[in-house]
Amino acid sequence: MRTFDCVIIGAGHSGLAASYFLQESGIEHIILERGEIAHSWRNERWDSMCLLTPNHQVRLPGFGYSGDNPDGYFTVAETVNFIEEYAQFIKAPVLCGQEVVSVNSTPLGFSIATNSDEYVTPSLVVASGACNRPSFPPCAGKLPESISSFHPLDYQNPGQLPAGKVLVVGASATGVQLAHEIHGSGRPVILSVAEHVRLPRVYRGRDILWWMETVGVLDERYDEIDDLVRARSIPSPQLMGTPERSSIDLNSLSGMGVQIRGQLMDIRDQEILFSGALENHCELADLKMNRLLRAIDEWVAEQGLDAEFGEPEDFPATRVEGSTPLSLDLHKENIRAVVWATGFAPDYTWMNLPVLDRKGRIRHEAGVADWPGLYVLGATFLTRRKSTYIHGAEDDAREVCEHLSAYLKKRSVA
Amino acid sequence: MTDATVDNGVNVGALLDAREALTGAPEAGKFTWEASCRWINGTHSRSTCQAFYGLGEKQSHKQEFTFESDHPEVLAAEDNGATPVELVLVGLASCLTAGVAAVAQRRDIQLKSVKSTLKGSMDLAGILGIDSDIRNGFDGISVNFEIDADASPEDIRALVAQSQKRSAVFDIVTNPTRVTVEVN
Repeated sequence: MRTFDCVIIGAGHSGLAASYFLQESGIEHIILERGEIAHSWRNERWDSMCLLTPNHQVRLPGFGYSGDNPDGYFTVAETVNFIEEYAQFIKAPVLCGQEVVSVNSTPLGFSIATNSDEYVTPSLVVASGACNRPSFPPCAGKLPESISSFHPLDYQNPGQLPAGKVLVVGASATGVQLAHEIHGSGRPVILSVAEHVRLPRVYRGRDILWWMETVGVLDERYDEIDDLVRARSIPSPQLMGTPERSSIDLNSLSGMGVQIRGQLMDIRDQEILFSGALENHCELADLKMNRLLRAIDEWVAEQGLDAEFGEPEDFPATRVEGSTPLSLDLHKENIRAVVWATGFAPDYTWMNLPVLDRKGRIRHEAGVADWPGLYVLGATFLTRRKSTYIHGAEDDAREVCEHLSAYLKKRSVA
Repeated sequence: MTDATVDNGVNVGALLDAREALTGAPEAGKFTWEASCRWINGTHSRSTCQAFYGLGEKQSHKQEFTFESDHPEVLAAEDNGATPVELVLVGLASCLTAGVAAVAQRRDIQLKSVKSTLKGSMDLAGILGIDSDIRNGFDGISVNFEIDADASPEDIRALVAQSQKRSAVFDIVTNPTRVTVEVN
């Protein structure tokens, strides 16, 4: 049994960012990592995946991108490299191959059992990732067994899929990227679309995420926005990272031959039923995109910077065929595989404290869990809208570690 | 514009309180709505609504509401009321309109008038069994809103889009719903 002032679970970018601030405060800690540093990035991402953020936004506390392609997008391998370099740079105290099997409460705080050891600590930072488990709609279990079923966690490339038509469910960044790649591999794709976030890759000459950071959208705090529950469940934006900085949206996908359908609502025997609300979902996405672009235009005008950037741009409304079918006969249409780009969930099966909400996530306010000494990092919109992105880890980890440090001080006095 | 000047007659504060309360007590949010129907004669029937269930107990409207339904004379009936499919359009219109008012209140938009026209198109070859490839129900519904309000056309479109997003009847007509029918 080993004792530390703090234990961090997970040596990804969030856990390492926390280690940086704990070191700054002189708090003795260890990072327990089930596999290797950046384990999820190494093992649970598809081959062609790139970061949504441009390279110039890839930064962790005290460490930033130093390459010669600031407008490019990291591949998974480059991301793994970056996180590894960061771990070396901060000399992070990582113990690899320590898979947490249980966390229990003790009079001293927490007792953490791994596959080979036991740790005791008064403070615990859970940074084990937001995307450990696949999330499926309830009807997914009704898919006939003759049809292959994939989730982005087990999808690597189109070569895994049988030849023939593929239904991709979900139009987040993941869904549209996979639809694009699978359709490009010669397997015709039907894409089922629910609520989604549409963004152009480049606006007025700059990356849209640069704009969102610059005008302050990504810095919006959890306690400043209207509907946090909703903000935390918004799908990732329809973006991809390519050397051409191309945009990807439903118009570009249907232009290449992908067939667009509404939200998948149910499966009855061989038949998939889609929502008739597709037009509404597309209009909501168009309205929200336009509201963001006009906010950017207003910011540019207020700063008197109109001459520095390109002209304001308008993008065509999403085209929705009035005759979009509401059902799909899997057999007649010869659908061979379904890819469920329907989201992810964290895995807290080892958590034995009563701290989970009804969806299995740790209840927290700005990373401070509903249990003394327990903290979370790496969740969507943890303290700010940018929490989802790598550069969001810095502010999240700083605030969490400040709270943690104060907690330990108070505890030692008492 | 401020809250003090915008009044669409919607108590948004109470709705937000309800949302807050029901987030903490999910069981109270489970409602069951009821309608009872009695055959009169021919295609004429009379339906009533009064009781419903919610907030963990039986509830009741202040009074019983009655709805006549029948088919028109061109369909060889006596035309004692709106057709059932028209009542579906009425439900959709009322739901979207209530949504527009609530969202407008929440967004500090003063409404002056909200009118809508709904059209549900249908090929009778379906219900008459002439062609089994044609469905019984609407092959499409169109809704046309005319809204006069203190807001930009874009904000008004956003109102209507948000109202669809939160509408129960819009969801019921656009998405499949399991219907179980028993005979006692």
